[in-house]
Amino acid sequence: MKGVRTLARLSDVAAGQALPLFGKVFDAARRQAERLSRRMLGSDFEERVAWLRRRYEAMGGDPFGLDPEVAKSAVTVLSFFHRLYFRTETFGLENVPEKRALLVANHSGQIPIDGAILGSSLFLDLNPPRVGRAMIEKWAVSLPFASTFFNKVGQVVGVPENARRLLEMDELLLIFPEGVRGIAKPFHKRYQLQDFGSGFMRLAIETNTPIIPVAIVGAEEQYVNLGNLEWAAKALGIPAFPMVPQVLVPGGQLPLPMKYRIYFGEPLRFGGDPNDEETVIADKAWLVKQTIQDMLNRALAERKDPFF
Amino acid sequence: MISTEHRAGRKDEGAVLITGVEGRFSRRLVRRLHRFRKVIGMGTRPALGFPLDVTHYQTDPLRSAARSAFGECPISAVVHLGVVHDPHAKRAEAHSRNLLAFQRVIEYAKLYAIPKVVLLSSANTYGPRAENAQFLTERAPLLAGGRFTDMHALVELDMYAQSCFWREPELEVAILRPANILGTVRNAPSNYLRLPVVTTLLGFDPMVQTVHQDDVVSAIELALRPGAHGIYNIAGPPPVPLSRALDILGRKRVGIPYTIAKGGLAGLFRLGVSKFPSPELDFIRYVCMVDDSQARRRPEQQGLGYSPHFDLEQTLKSVDEERWVS
Repeated sequence: MKGVRTLARLSDVAAGQALPLFGKVFDAARRQAERLSRRMLGSDFEERVAWLRRRYEAMGGDPFGLDPEVAKSAVTVLSFFHRLYFRTETFGLENVPEKRALLVANHSGQIPIDGAILGSSLFLDLNPPRVGRAMIEKWAVSLPFASTFFNKVGQVVGVPENARRLLEMDELLLIFPEGVRGIAKPFHKRYQLQDFGSGFMRLAIETNTPIIPVAIVGAEEQYVNLGNLEWAAKALGIPAFPMVPQVLVPGGQLPLPMKYRIYFGEPLRFGGDPNDEETVIADKAWLVKQTIQDMLNRALAERKDPFF
Repeated sequence: MISTEHRAGRKDEGAVLITGVEGRFSRRLVRRLHRFRKVIGMGTRPALGFPLDVTHYQTDPLRSAARSAFGECPISAVVHLGVVHDPHAKRAEAHSRNLLAFQRVIEYAKLYAIPKVVLLSSANTYGPRAENAQFLTERAPLLAGGRFTDMHALVELDMYAQSCFWREPELEVAILRPANILGTVRNAPSNYLRLPVVTTLLGFDPMVQTVHQDDVVSAIELALRPGAHGIYNIAGPPPVPLSRALDILGRKRVGIPYTIAKGGLAGLFRLGVSKFPSPELDFIRYVCMVDDSQARRRPEQQGLGYSPHFDLEQTLKSVDEERWVS
C-alpha cells in the first residue's frame, strides 16, 4: 500500500514536470500495483484490519500480546503465498462460527506453512475476519525474535490454561493433533492421518466448544520427503530430519506451488465427562480423525490436478 | 479506592500491627490505615515522618522488645511486610531471619489471640518460565526458587504461611501475591523502569503486568476485613508488552543479546554496581503474570472485592513521581 502511494506521488511529479512519457509509465505501474494489491489482499483489507483492531480494543487489548499491526504485516506477506503462489481455495467457511471453536486440521508439508495459510484464510476470506490462534511449542518461546513474532501474530504457548482462556475470549483455536508425526511424515504416507493426540477432545468437552474438522489438501505434496534420518535428528536434538532432495536444486528450497484447497466441515459437538478414561476420550478423538480422513479422501477423489 | 462504608475497621476496633514499617510502601499503608484504625508500626530503623497517632517500635519480631508491641493493646490483625529483599544481603542470614521472624509473628498471634495475619508475598514467586501459562492462578506451584536463589526465602515464607491454613485453623491468614508493584517504592521493577536508558533483551518483548502501589494498599485493606483469608493474586491494569510500557514512559532502550547481558550483569552484580542479579533477566524474557479473578470476586464468593483504581498510564508513570514526603 505504501509502495502504491509512492508510485502515485512519483506519477504526479512526473506529469507536473512535463515528462509525459515517465508519467504514463508510472501511471501504468501504479495501476498494476493496485491491481496486484487488490488481488492479493482484497479490496476490503483495510476494513478487515480495522474490524479486528476494534474487536481487540473492545477487550482492552489482547492479553497474549497480539498486535493487529504486526498481524497485518504478516498477512500482507502471507497473502502472496495464499493468493498467488498456492492459489488457495476455501470451501465451507460458513461452518466457522462467529464465537469460539476448535479448528482441528491435518498437518503436513515438512514446515508448518499449512497452519499459516489456514490462518490467512480466516483473516482474508472469512466474514467477519478472525485471527486463528495456534499453540506453539514451549521451546519456541526461548528463541529470540521468533517468540516475540509468534506472540504478536496471536500464537500462544501450548498449555491447557492458555487454550481455555482463549476459548473464554471466543477465539478460534487451530489444533493439529498429529503434531510432528504429521508434519514430518514421508511422501508415501501423504494424506494418511497419523495418530491423534486426545488433549483437544478433553478441552472441547470441558468447555463445550464445537469442533470444526478441517481438511487441507495440497500441503502434503509441497515437499517430497523420502524418509527421516532418525540418527541425524537425535544428534541435532530436533524432532525430525527429513530427506528432501528438492532443496538441493536451485530454487527448490521453496515449496512446490501446489494448489491449496481448504475444506471446513460441519461443527461436531461432544458431551460426556472431560476426565473420562483415556480410551473413551481417544474413541471420540478417533471420530474427528475419521471425519477429516473422509473429507480428505473425498477432496482427493474430486481433484483433477494437484497443481491446478 | 475503597469507599468509607467499606473501610476495614474503625478506631474503636483492635489495632493493626505492621512489621517492616520503615519502607516506602509500608508508610503508604500506615497513612491509609491510621485514619480509620489504631496502627502500631514495627521496624528496625528510627520512626521518621510517621503520623503522630502511630505507635512505633524500633525492633523486629525476633527481638524480645517485640513482645511489648504485640501486647500493648488488643490487636485485630498483623500485616507482615518485614521481608528482607536486599539482593546484596548475606543470603543465608536473610533467609533464616525472614523465616524465623514470620514464625515469631505467628507465635505472637497465637499468644495474644490476634485473629488475622496478612502476608505480602509476590507474584514473582511463581517464577518466569517459557512454559508458563499466560495467567497463573493461585493453584500454580511456586517455582521461582528453582532458578532464583534470592527468591528462596520469599517462596518458603509463602509456603510457611500456607501451612498455617491447617496448622492454625483458628487464625485467618491472607497471602497476597501482587504483580510488579510500581510507584515511589524502591523495588526491582520500579528501579528498572526508572533507568534513563533501559536495557532489554534483544528479540524478547514479553507481556508485563503491573499494579500501582496504592492499589496494593487497597488490597491489603480489603484483606483486613474479618473473614478474608486464603491466597489472592493481585494485578492492576491489563498487561502490555514491555516495549509498550517503555514507550509510555518515554524511555530509551537498548537491546542486548541474552548471553552478553547475562555475563555482563553477573559481573556488575558481583562488583556491587548493579542491583539486579543476572537470573532476574528472565523477568524481561518470559512471562510471569497472574490471574487475579479470585481477588476480584465479592467477599460472599470468598473474594476480596478488589478492583484496581489506577489505569495503565497512571500506574507506569507513578515510578517517576516525586518521593513521597510525610
